[in-house]
Amino acid sequence: MTTTLTRPAPSELGADLRGRRLPTWGPTTVWSLAAATAVVGLLTPVGLARGLVLAWFVAALVPAWSFVVEGRRKATDRVVTHLVASAFVLALIPLVSILVAVVGKGSSALSAEFFSYSMRNVVGEGGGIYHGIIGTLLITAAASVISVPIGLFTAIYLIEYGDDSRLASSIRFLVDVMTGIPSIVAGLFAYALFVLFFGEGVRMGVGGSVALSVLMIPVVVRSCEEMLKLVPNELREASYALGVPKWRTIAKVVLPTALAGIVTGITLAIARVIGETAPLLIIAGMTDSVNFNLFDGRMQTLPVFTYSALMNPGVPAEPSIERAWGAALVLLLIVMALNLVARLVSHFFSPQGER
Amino acid sequence: MAKSIDVTDLNIYYGDFLAVQDVNITIPARAVTAFIGPSGCGKSTFLRSLNRMHEVIRGAYVDGKVLVDGEDLYAQEMDPVNVRRKIGMVFQRPNPFPTMSIAENVLAGQRLNSKRMKKSEADDVVEQSLRRAGLWAEVKERLDRPGSSLSGGQQQRLCIARAIAVEPEVLLMDEPCSALDPISTSVIEDLIHELKNDYTIVIVTHNMQQAARVSDQTAFFNLAGVGQPGRLVELGPTEKMFANPDDPATEAYIQGRFG
Amino acid sequence: MGTRRIREEGLRVSSTTEQTRRTAPPQRPGDRVFGGLSLGAALLILATLAGVAIFLTVQGIPGITASPEEVKYDTTFLRYVGPLVFGTLWAAALALVLAAPVAIGVALFISHYAPRRLAQPIGYVIDLLAAVPSVVYGAWGMVTLAAAIQPVYLWLEEHLGFIPLFAGPASATGRTILTAALVLAIMILPIMTAICREIFLQTPRLHEEAALALGATRWEMTRMAVFPYARSGIVSAAMLALGRALGETMAVAMVLSASGVISLNLISSTNPSTIAANIAHSFKEASGLTVNGLIATGLVLFVITFAVNFAARAIVDRRKEFSGAN
Repeated sequence: MTTTLTRPAPSELGADLRGRRLPTWGPTTVWSLAAATAVVGLLTPVGLARGLVLAWFVAALVPAWSFVVEGRRKATDRVVTHLVASAFVLALIPLVSILVAVVGKGSSALSAEFFSYSMRNVVGEGGGIYHGIIGTLLITAAASVISVPIGLFTAIYLIEYGDDSRLASSIRFLVDVMTGIPSIVAGLFAYALFVLFFGEGVRMGVGGSVALSVLMIPVVVRSCEEMLKLVPNELREASYALGVPKWRTIAKVVLPTALAGIVTGITLAIARVIGETAPLLIIAGMTDSVNFNLFDGRMQTLPVFTYSALMNPGVPAEPSIERAWGAALVLLLIVMALNLVARLVSHFFSPQGER
Repeated sequence: MAKSIDVTDLNIYYGDFLAVQDVNITIPARAVTAFIGPSGCGKSTFLRSLNRMHEVIRGAYVDGKVLVDGEDLYAQEMDPVNVRRKIGMVFQRPNPFPTMSIAENVLAGQRLNSKRMKKSEADDVVEQSLRRAGLWAEVKERLDRPGSSLSGGQQQRLCIARAIAVEPEVLLMDEPCSALDPISTSVIEDLIHELKNDYTIVIVTHNMQQAARVSDQTAFFNLAGVGQPGRLVELGPTEKMFANPDDPATEAYIQGRFG
Repeated sequence: MGTRRIREEGLRVSSTTEQTRRTAPPQRPGDRVFGGLSLGAALLILATLAGVAIFLTVQGIPGITASPEEVKYDTTFLRYVGPLVFGTLWAAALALVLAAPVAIGVALFISHYAPRRLAQPIGYVIDLLAAVPSVVYGAWGMVTLAAAIQPVYLWLEEHLGFIPLFAGPASATGRTILTAALVLAIMILPIMTAICREIFLQTPRLHEEAALALGATRWEMTRMAVFPYARSGIVSAAMLALGRALGETMAVAMVLSASGVISLNLISSTNPSTIAANIAHSFKEASGLTVNGLIATGLVLFVITFAVNFAARAIVDRRKEFSGAN
């Protein structure tokens, strides 16, 4: 192999490729400094808010330094990196603040009494959220009983039967649109529906379940659909080739294979509706007593309890407000636990070796 | 138990699209018939029409006759589900059920149809099927491990065991070795030799040497032209097809001049 | 793709084959039941969606036609709902303006800027924001955020008071429309981030590599390859987020002490209310035709959000066809 190319001398080429760059330790050091500034702000009277603003300016030194050393293009790139990363930190602030506020204000309310008493005949201190917990669990459970079969079978229709038919694609589209129904509208729908049967001013736990189902069904459909889609077609074919009818193939091959994903999706859907307030405010109402009957009158729930105890604390206000934060904390813990369970299920129970 | 298959004037459609045209072929019992031909020539489609698997695709249908032991698979009163119990299939990529153990995979045909079996009877079926598939010695110690824990070649033999556990009369194989390494391939080819004593075997393959090694008779499929349906060009004993085929297209394909 | 091509090619042989088509084989009872259940569930969803529209209309019409003497709010329906519609749109628009840049930034951070090992955990953290119940947002907004941001409003009034938006007088509690919009913005941040992230991740690798191979910096690559590809996706993500903000009840109901005015002032103590928050406030004490009036405002909200979501989804669907993605 002889080459006729005239090569530039190595040194020339090297000079061409080499550019002036920030030392690798440079940005890291500045970012550590910025983090330190924020921590100092938190620990001293300066305050976290001012500390963070200062840290932002400290971190902005990276692009400035880069402009001097590396030139305009690289500096622009670093400005954008700076902005994008600060967007993320900015998004973290409310999350941390919410957790701090809820845990800080709510944990003092937690006690055995808080979980085992209702608010019946309680004025001032004492009482608890037992009635709210019962109501939330019953209403959400009933909503799941309505939503899961409808959602799952719809997903089965979309994937296994509808395929790309006209009906299937329009249902898919409307399910997407249904995801956007405001929760309060779902509550009004349940009210308008129940008024037909029970007359004006109806309040009923099961109405809350119907309203939550309107919000939950589209979520269940979408997540189950995604999971069924992931089941390889080869498994369906293997089952058909063994002389298994389609419905048994779906029930015994497709659904078990997708089970972990479906359970995850349903758990996340429950987590989403268990914290809904607005529809329950309208159709389930509020009460101070425990009610175990979904079909008989008002039912208290945790979110509605939080809302009313905070908005109408009565006199004296402090105990009510403390209970409100306590209920918010319990609600938040339930939702977080559901999210954790969902992640664990999908992590540990997915079939091994799936392709 | 093995049956021969007589196909007359078979046309296969997807909706309005004619995929395979005018196939006439007789597939003898207790022998291996190989289908060869370039990609997209309809050999897999034709294979799948032999146990009505192609109907899984919406809008697929056929006209013509497929007679197994004198019975037309496409007669009005025939149930495709029952047809598939008699005519088993092994696919291109091994596809054991990921939620089932090795033993459950073998019994899948019975289990999925909720057929009641005594424990001893089920154990028998598992052992017999795995022995026939040449897998028993390798897996007898770990029958309750997931089927996906096996190697690719073992998985494919597990799929063969699963297919023969329902006691079919015909075994269709759709490029069963194309996803396997050469060693696993040769194990499966030996297995096909064994199995042809009991079953009618039809195999689609892209590998000409494989067709020459395993089959007794070979059918060459080709497209009539771009956008035209696939058709059966030539059928004959394997030695003759490879030594001196009648059709120039067959000769060109076998010598590797196209496809 | 495959089936579509087959169908098109098949057009040539159509009609001649019509007679030869066989009738479907007899179906098993199990298949008929299972298929029927699936189709039934799917149709039930259509019925539910139609039911929402029908029931709200049936119960809402008496409220729309009611005369001012018959209802608690003492005015015609249009006069009643007008300021609420304004408040709803205004709060949602503010929330979107506040949330969109942050959402795009965070999405870009996750998809292209964060170290790869961190990207997934960061995604989880943002998803946690979506898990927080709305009533918790409301409580946090009315107590913590309002108190923390009140000094900022004072500063805005003092230094930027010449802009009508910040005319003041600044609210003493900090519970203003801007606070509510901030809470809404935080609430819609996760959904917008999630959609944008998906879209950014779908950028064809080839485009990105082509840009990098031309010597582009990461930002130039983002501008050349990622943004053009993602534009319509960002628009539809923004509209979906807008739909959420329009319908969100509790954040606004708890943060605002609303007085039902039309005002662009962001920091004063007289604030417009939104449809959803107004229903939450008034439904408990309402009776007779007032309830119908409130349901009618709900119908208006439903129509608005439906239109926004419909448009957003239509954009998504059209984009799918054009890009060949999916």
